[in-house]
Amino acid sequence: MATQRISGSEAVIKSLLEEGVDTIFGYPGGAIMPIYDALYDYDQQVTHYLTRHEQGAIHAAEGYAKVTGKVGVCFATSGPGATNLITGLADAQIDSIPVVCITGQVASPLLGTDAFQESDVVGISMPVTKWNYQVTHAEEIPEAIAKAFHIALTGRPGPVLLDISKDAQFALFDFEYKKCTKIRSYLPEYPVDPFQVKAAADIINEAKKPIVLFGHGVIIAHAEDELKEFIEKTGIPAAWTLLGLSALSTDHPLNVGMLGMHGNYGPNIKTNEADVVISIGMRFDDRVTGKVAAYARQAKIVHLEIDPAEINKIIKADAPVLGNAKKSLRMLIDNVNPNLHKEWLNEFKACDKIEYEKVISNDIYPQKVGLTMGEVVRIASEKTNHDAVLVTDVGQQQMIASRYFQFTQSRSNVTSGGLGTMGYALPAAMGAKIGQPNRVVFAMAGDGGFQMTIQELGTIAQYNLDIKIIVLNNNFLGMVRQWQQLFFEKRYSFTEMKNPDFVGIAKAYGLASQKVTSRDQLENAVQEMLDHQGPYVLEVVVEKEDNVFPMVPTGASISDIILES
Amino acid sequence: MKQEYIITVFSEDHIGLLSRITIIFTRRKINIDSLTVSASAIPGIFKFTIVINETPDRVQKVVGQLEKVVDVMKAYYNTNEEMIYQEIALYKVSTEFLLESDQIEKIVRNSGARILEITREYVVIEKTGHSKETQQLFEELNPYGVSQFNRSGRVAITRSTIEKLSEFLKERDAMLEQVD
Repeated sequence: MATQRISGSEAVIKSLLEEGVDTIFGYPGGAIMPIYDALYDYDQQVTHYLTRHEQGAIHAAEGYAKVTGKVGVCFATSGPGATNLITGLADAQIDSIPVVCITGQVASPLLGTDAFQESDVVGISMPVTKWNYQVTHAEEIPEAIAKAFHIALTGRPGPVLLDISKDAQFALFDFEYKKCTKIRSYLPEYPVDPFQVKAAADIINEAKKPIVLFGHGVIIAHAEDELKEFIEKTGIPAAWTLLGLSALSTDHPLNVGMLGMHGNYGPNIKTNEADVVISIGMRFDDRVTGKVAAYARQAKIVHLEIDPAEINKIIKADAPVLGNAKKSLRMLIDNVNPNLHKEWLNEFKACDKIEYEKVISNDIYPQKVGLTMGEVVRIASEKTNHDAVLVTDVGQQQMIASRYFQFTQSRSNVTSGGLGTMGYALPAAMGAKIGQPNRVVFAMAGDGGFQMTIQELGTIAQYNLDIKIIVLNNNFLGMVRQWQQLFFEKRYSFTEMKNPDFVGIAKAYGLASQKVTSRDQLENAVQEMLDHQGPYVLEVVVEKEDNVFPMVPTGASISDIILES
Repeated sequence: MKQEYIITVFSEDHIGLLSRITIIFTRRKINIDSLTVSASAIPGIFKFTIVINETPDRVQKVVGQLEKVVDVMKAYYNTNEEMIYQEIALYKVSTEFLLESDQIEKIVRNSGARILEITREYVVIEKTGHSKETQQLFEELNPYGVSQFNRSGRVAITRSTIEKLSEFLKERDAMLEQVD
C-alpha cells in the first residue's frame, strides 16, 4: 500500500475504517478535538452517535458488540471523559466483550504536570482492560489500532483502551496500515488437543446422568450449531448461565433452563445429582455455584474453556479441554456416542412441574390484583413471537426477564452479568438497536437502574432509535429490598424511591410514552408500544414487594434452593 | 500451607508492564517480598523475579493470571529448593569503630563479606547470600553501629540444564502458526 502524509487524527479514522468500523459511540472534549475534526470529513463512511455521558457510549459499544459479534468502538476525551468509561471497561472486562476505546490525552510535554483534564488513564484503566497503551507519536497509531482490534476480538475477548496525546493527533506522518494477526507474547487460543478431547469423550460416553452447562463462550465462539448438535447426538440436558442465554433456543426439548441463584429448580438441584458435568464456555461464577464446597462433588467435571486461567480456578476439572468452543465441540461430537437419557430428562420435567406450580404460574399468570414483572415479560415475549432482542438492566427485572423471556435466535440477550452494572440497559439497548436495526429491541429496567442513565433518552430521541423501553416500577431498589426482607429482618435501609413522572420525562424528550397500572390495560399498552413507529417508554407499575424465586441464598448449596419464603 | 515461591515472568520490555504485573498481586492482597527486573539471556526479553509467601494453590492461580497479560510470554513458579538464588547487601559502618575493635574484622572474615571502600569516616561492606545470611551479618555488625543498610531483590536461575523459555518459545511459535 502506498503511503500518504496525513495527521495522527486522520490516521485514527483511516485505521478504524481499515478495521471495518462504521459505527462509533462517543463524546467530544478538548483533548480529542483533533480526532473529532478528522471524523467530520468521514461522515459518509462512519456514523458517530453522540451519547449524553461517556458511560452511555461504552455501554452502547458493548450492546453493539454483543448483538453483532464485532468490536464496539467508543471515543472520549481526557480526564473526566476517560474516567467516565471505567465502569463500562470493568463491565466489558468481566463479561469478555470486545470494545476498543480511544481517549484523547493532554499533549505529551504536559504529561505528569497535572495539566487541565489530565488523568492517568492508562494507570486507572489497567486492571479493567485486556490491554491498554498510550500513544505519544503519530507514527505509532496504525500499529496500536491494529493491535487493539486483534487483542480485543481474539481469544477470550475484552476491552482495549488507547490513550492518544493531543500532539500525536496533530503530527503529520506517512500513513500505512497493516492488520495485526500475530503477537509473539500473546496466544489467543490453544490448538485443541485430541488427547484431551478423547479423555472428555470417554467420560461422557460412560455417563448415566450427564448435564451440560453452557455459557457466553458458546456465543463468543459462534458455536451455537455445534452445541445443538452435541446435545442432540448425546441426548444430554443443557442448562445455561445468564450470559449463555439465547445460544440455544429456549423451546429446545433439551434446554432445561437457567443455572444459579435465581435460575430454575431442575438444573440447580440436578447439577448436584449428575454423574458428569460438561461445562462449555462458562467459568463457575459464584452466582452459579452457590457454596463451592457443596457444588457437584459427586460428578466428574469436563470443562471446555478457552482461557487456561479458568481451568481449575473454582472447580477442579477431571477432563479439561482447552481451546475455542466451536473447535472443541466439533471434535467432541466426532468422539461421543449417540445416546438418549430419557429417564434422566424426565427428572428435569418433574422439577419443572413443581417449579411451575409453586413459582412460575403465579409470576406469569398471576391471580392477585397487582401486576407482576413476570406477566409483563411474558406478554412482551409473546407479542414479538419470541424473536426480539432483550436488553436488561440489573436486579429483579433482570432475573425475571431472563427466566421468562423466550429466545429463538442467538445474540439476542444483552445484559450485564459479571459486574452487575445498574444503568446498563438503556445505553446498551442503543448499541443493540444500531447493531440489529431490523429487529425489535426491548430495553427493560427497574425504576432504579433506569434513572442511573436516564439521560440517554436524549440520544435515543436525537437519533430516533426505535427501542421499546419498559420500566418496571416498584418504587424500590427491588433486589436489595428482597434481601433486606429475607436476610436483614425487613430493615428497608435506603431502598425506597420517590420517583419522578417517567411519562412526563419521556414526553419532555419528545418520546411516546404511557403508564400502566392495571392488568386490563397491559396487553393493549404493549401492543400500542410495538405498533408505534419509533422509541417508546412504557412504565408499568408493578407490585411493590414482590420477590424473585426460586433463590439459592448466599452461602447455601444449590441443592438448598428455595421455592418460596 | 504457605511457603516461599520464586515466580519468574518473561515478558516484552514495555512501559507500564511492571504495574500490570504487580496489580495481579495487590488485587489478591498478596505481598511481594522481593522483586528484581532485569534482562534475560534472550535478547529483547525481560525477566521479573518475584518472591512471595503463599499456598501452592494460590501461587498456581496467580501464575495463570500473569500469563494472561498480553505482553507476558510465560510465567513459572518454583520453590527455593528448585533454584539457585542470591541477594546482595551493603552495610556502612563507622571507620572509628572498625579501628577501635577487632570484632568487625573477625565478623567480616567469618561471614565471607568483603570491603568495598574505606574512607576516614566510614567503611562499606558487601555481602552476597541468602537473605537469612545477609540479615545475620546485619545483626552482628549493628552493635558497632550500621549507619546505612540496603539489600537487593532476589536474583535466581533454575537448576535445569536447559533454558525452559527457549523451548517454550519454539512451541509457542508452532502454536501461533497452527491457530489462525
